[in-house]
Amino acid sequence: MTAIVNYVLRTQDIIKYFYDPEKFQVLKNISLTVNRGEFLSLVGKSGCGKSTLMYVLSTMDTDYQGQLEIAGMQLTGKSQNELAQFRNRHIGFVFQFHYLLPEFTVLQNVMIPALKLGQFSNEEIEHRAIEKLSVLGMQEHAKKRTSKLSGGQQQRVAIARALINDPDIIMGDEPTGNLDSYNSGVVFDIFRELTSVYKQTIIAVTHDDEFAKKTDRVVVMSDGQIATS
Amino acid sequence: MNLNSYKLSFSIAWVHLVSKPKQTIIAMLGVTFGIGMFIALVSLMTGLNDFTEEITMTSSPDIHIYHDITETRLSILEQINPNGINRVHHQKPKDETLRLRNARQLLDLIRKDDRMQGVAPVLSSQVFYNYGPVQLNGLILGVEILEEDKLFDLKAKMKEGRLEDLLSYHEGIIMGSGLAKKLNVKKGDRVVITTPQGFTRTLKVVGIFQIGIGTVDNVRSYANISMVQTILQEEQSYITDINIKLKDRHLAKQVAHELQTKFSYKAEDWETANATFQTGVTIRNIITYAVSFTLLIVAGFGIYNILNMTIYNKMKDIAILKAMGFAGKDVRSIFMIQSLAIGLVGGLIGLLVGFTLSSLIARAPFDGGDVISLDHFPVNFDSTYYITGIIFGVVTTAVAGYMPSRKAAQVDPIEILRGQ
Repeated sequence: MTAIVNYVLRTQDIIKYFYDPEKFQVLKNISLTVNRGEFLSLVGKSGCGKSTLMYVLSTMDTDYQGQLEIAGMQLTGKSQNELAQFRNRHIGFVFQFHYLLPEFTVLQNVMIPALKLGQFSNEEIEHRAIEKLSVLGMQEHAKKRTSKLSGGQQQRVAIARALINDPDIIMGDEPTGNLDSYNSGVVFDIFRELTSVYKQTIIAVTHDDEFAKKTDRVVVMSDGQIATS
Repeated sequence: MNLNSYKLSFSIAWVHLVSKPKQTIIAMLGVTFGIGMFIALVSLMTGLNDFTEEITMTSSPDIHIYHDITETRLSILEQINPNGINRVHHQKPKDETLRLRNARQLLDLIRKDDRMQGVAPVLSSQVFYNYGPVQLNGLILGVEILEEDKLFDLKAKMKEGRLEDLLSYHEGIIMGSGLAKKLNVKKGDRVVITTPQGFTRTLKVVGIFQIGIGTVDNVRSYANISMVQTILQEEQSYITDINIKLKDRHLAKQVAHELQTKFSYKAEDWETANATFQTGVTIRNIITYAVSFTLLIVAGFGIYNILNMTIYNKMKDIAILKAMGFAGKDVRSIFMIQSLAIGLVGGLIGLLVGFTLSSLIARAPFDGGDVISLDHFPVNFDSTYYITGIIFGVVTTAVAGYMPSRKAAQVDPIEILRGQ
């Protein structure tokens, strides 16, 4: 059934309020469909709710009304544990900062989500991790501590980690926000390649117009609503 | 899947522990110190308790039956006029002998009870031991020496001579070591004793015993019961005390009560006779457990603090782990594993430290003086205290680790990931 539909993510009338300091509607009836293989950027002025929307889509924020469906699974109303398992299997994350675990090597960092999933043997996971690292040109740094890498390299390792479980969707929150223009270009090219070659779906929140312009689809948000998409 | 999850939590916990070795070692030292001191303290305290209990038991029977003539009794006036207002000033005990009537029958009756391990008749009397012009006050016990041995294991307490010598030599006496020293007598020497009634008799020392308590060794000697009857000029059935050893010592109170109501003689159990000793045991136990508990709680606070700090420093790691699909319980187990590892390893080292300390204490010379014969500290190496120690330690660290771990499990990843 799910194989027939060609969208990977769909929301219906997502509404969210902030209650602190006073009640404020941050998301107003957001309905969005993201197709498989689409490279989508989510832009808008700061405070427009784009990050908030992304965290709702990420399943980490469960305090909303409306419906969220990813990879053919209805996620609204699921328990935190089920959602954690779901994220592990179906979603990869790239943030503004790399958030690599500093005590572990590059290879171990990439392997952790796969070890958590436990679908493959350790040897296989290691093999896959090296494969992902080589896609990103990082295989020769596999045994290094993450703190020994440059910012751009760290971000590439974080992308490899997001890819390890072959997720249905990669979500990025300002993935180039902390990088210089050269490294931003590198990260964008990687995303581009992933979507065109590997048919990877990517949703990236960004305020970098250069970055957004080059994506397949730009969703502009304003005052908690989708202005253009 | 679950097993994998635990393996992963375990390896992350392990990396956290070894990446901050100083912090880990300090947390462990807290537990090590707590448990080490607990073991050392408990070993010494229970060693002392056991030792004093043992020597007290060797000098007092489980139940002692005697005629208590000082027991308060109703005056004649009160007997005749029970409802009136009576006043009898300074009533003295009746002029009764200390003898137990029908003692032989009593003995036979008591021996039939299968809760009894040994029953020994005793005839005790104050005597003077004459040492040249000096008269030493003391006690002579007329006993059936082999029965007495069953109760107090006298054979093991003999320093010179054998118990059987008393049987073969009717006019013999086995003397306490302290008394023998004061009188300057050795085995084979003769001593002259004088009864309160003024009779004297010369007896031959056939053996010397040492129980280990000054108050016994310095005054007591054993002789054949018939010999003492002769010295006191009493007949064959004259017995003043019956000593009983039970199969189960803890029944003493109950059995003593039964015997007292049955025979209407005073039957005193060992707990009542040694009430001060029991109080000492209780107080020592309270102190030991209070001190150890405090030490472990302090160690627990140490672990609590260190884990709290670790979790505070690892907020980002926790957030990303949760984003990547670690559930709250996985995160909790990472930190619980750390605190349990600290507790277990610290505790095991603590047991080792405790054992070493106890062994050192056991070798330390200690002079018990005249009161108790002791040349080093008595130390108990009972394994139950080691098991108690490690369980105590692990439970404390589990409790101390649970609160910070739960906090880590409840970290909201969004707050950290989007905050910057």
